[in-house]
Amino acid sequence: MTIVQVIVGGLLLGAVYALFSSGLTLIWGMMNVINFAHGEFVMIGMYIAFLIVTFLNGGPLAFGPAAAALLFLFGIVVYYSLIRHVMRGPMLAQILSTFGLALLLRYLAFWIFTANFKTLPQDLLPGVINVGGILIGVPQFVAGIVAIVLTIGLHLLLTRTAVGSQLLAVAEDRQAAMLMGIRPDRMQAIAWGLSGAGAGIAGALIATFYYISPTVGESLALTAFVVVALGGFGSVPGALAAGLVVGVIQSLSAYLLGPVYKDIIVYGLFVAILWVRPEGLFGKAGA
Amino acid sequence: MIWFGILLAGLFVLYPWVIADDFYGRMGADVLLAAIGASAWNILGGYAGQISVGHAVFFGVGAYLPLLAFTHLGLPPVAGVPLAVVISLGVAVVIGLPTFRLHGHYFSMATIAVAELIRIAISNWDFVGAATGLMGPAVARTWLDLSFRSPIPYYYLFLVVLACLLLLTWHLQRSRMGYYWRAIRAGERPARSLGVPVARYKLYALLLSAAFTSLAGSLYSLMVGFIDPESGFGILRSVEMIIIAALGGAGTLFGPLLGAVILIPLQTTTNSLFGGGGSGLTYILYGGIIVILARFEPGGLLDLARRIAQWWSRRRDGVAVRHAA
Repeated sequence: MTIVQVIVGGLLLGAVYALFSSGLTLIWGMMNVINFAHGEFVMIGMYIAFLIVTFLNGGPLAFGPAAAALLFLFGIVVYYSLIRHVMRGPMLAQILSTFGLALLLRYLAFWIFTANFKTLPQDLLPGVINVGGILIGVPQFVAGIVAIVLTIGLHLLLTRTAVGSQLLAVAEDRQAAMLMGIRPDRMQAIAWGLSGAGAGIAGALIATFYYISPTVGESLALTAFVVVALGGFGSVPGALAAGLVVGVIQSLSAYLLGPVYKDIIVYGLFVAILWVRPEGLFGKAGA
Repeated sequence: MIWFGILLAGLFVLYPWVIADDFYGRMGADVLLAAIGASAWNILGGYAGQISVGHAVFFGVGAYLPLLAFTHLGLPPVAGVPLAVVISLGVAVVIGLPTFRLHGHYFSMATIAVAELIRIAISNWDFVGAATGLMGPAVARTWLDLSFRSPIPYYYLFLVVLACLLLLTWHLQRSRMGYYWRAIRAGERPARSLGVPVARYKLYALLLSAAFTSLAGSLYSLMVGFIDPESGFGILRSVEMIIIAALGGAGTLFGPLLGAVILIPLQTTTNSLFGGGGSGLTYILYGGIIVILARFEPGGLLDLARRIAQWWSRRRDGVAVRHAA
């Protein structure tokens, strides 16, 4: 019975992984850029939740949308001020730009909030759900369900709406999209906004049951890399499936082998995927 | 170029005589050590254009082996240095062969993941001291322990190693190997179509880079006499090599040295100004510098200087032409 509970817990956590990884994969798919600061975007979402709870006494319905909105704007600002200029530059500049951003954000948070772990009060989303003997904490349950709904929503946005078609058109062929009257710059900015919003709300969701620290983004970013590599670079449905798989693998290895091994197993899996199938398990060849 | 090199070497040889002070002697040694690490990274990341964010792996191997030789076998730490280089080369082959099929961002992501994987493994492995790390000999038993109270002997040791590394790099960049590396950096597919054995020359760059990064790690633990997983294998170790090389100019001979001469004193200053909690500020500074570099001067300071010099000479020529007319 415990093992079923571990798997369910892994699935719910994996749903949140899927949500913030889908933003990373969206950007990769559109412009072949990896955002090394993506984990820090999630970290900012967590601190936004912390600040709103502490100073404004707000609940999840306040800090969830707030984190999404603020990081949507932040993503757009990062795109226009930084990414747009380095995109066509040398590889070193592309990698350094988001990597430097990650360091800057991580240690700004360190400076402002100190290294001490912070947690949100336990009574925000109190209670435990009992489904046939499997106990699920309400925060984890809410986070998992909301994350799955939002990830599917992002997929529908990309495949069923005009904006989505325009985003995919730019990803497919920038020049041809321009000839069709689409502004690639604006579309890419929107992609960065969406990616930021997904990371922000994921951060707010995790903050309800996870510790908040300035360096939390580092391991979250690596987790997102694993999810993106497993799901195929650029695929949102792939990220959803891979996020759930990674969540379950992490929970199971922590439960069966000990907490130390959960990262070792997942990073090892990542390296193995990159070696054996760089296009991802669910990705198309030639990515 | 040769005269410039000799002049530079002269300045560095004289530095300890000019500043007879342990604090600045230690800072000079730190500058040289950082320059060795960054120059080693520069062979792979600068010349061959493969941006590794996991070079801490080689640094860590280099730093751990001497102290392992001391802790478990009672040998002088220096005895571990050759073995560290051999292991680093082995690790480089194991990492390099598969990851070199990956390009650009993929390669960087893979190197980060490998480095983190190894850091976590080392932090939980009791034989290598787990999270607490390893200590060197507290007091030198013989001179072979290379445990000096003054930083000056370390300074000269590092200077010799750096000089060898720069001479080797200088030689290689003018050889076939250097041209192949630059062709690979400019574009792997075109390079391959022109007959460059891309995989083999990327591996050569990685092996050389790994060997000297490992040596930098060994020199670090010889001087400091202590190593733990974070200072050996931590991601900030890799970041430091990259930022120093990129600040001066990645893919140039003296870029990493210039970067170290600027950044290490800056770091020492912020650390002493803001105390222990200041390390956070140091990395805010690092992050800011990296972002600004990437946005405005991806070629680094040497590239900026070259462009200013060009602009200046064009302007002077322009004036001369106008006078002639």
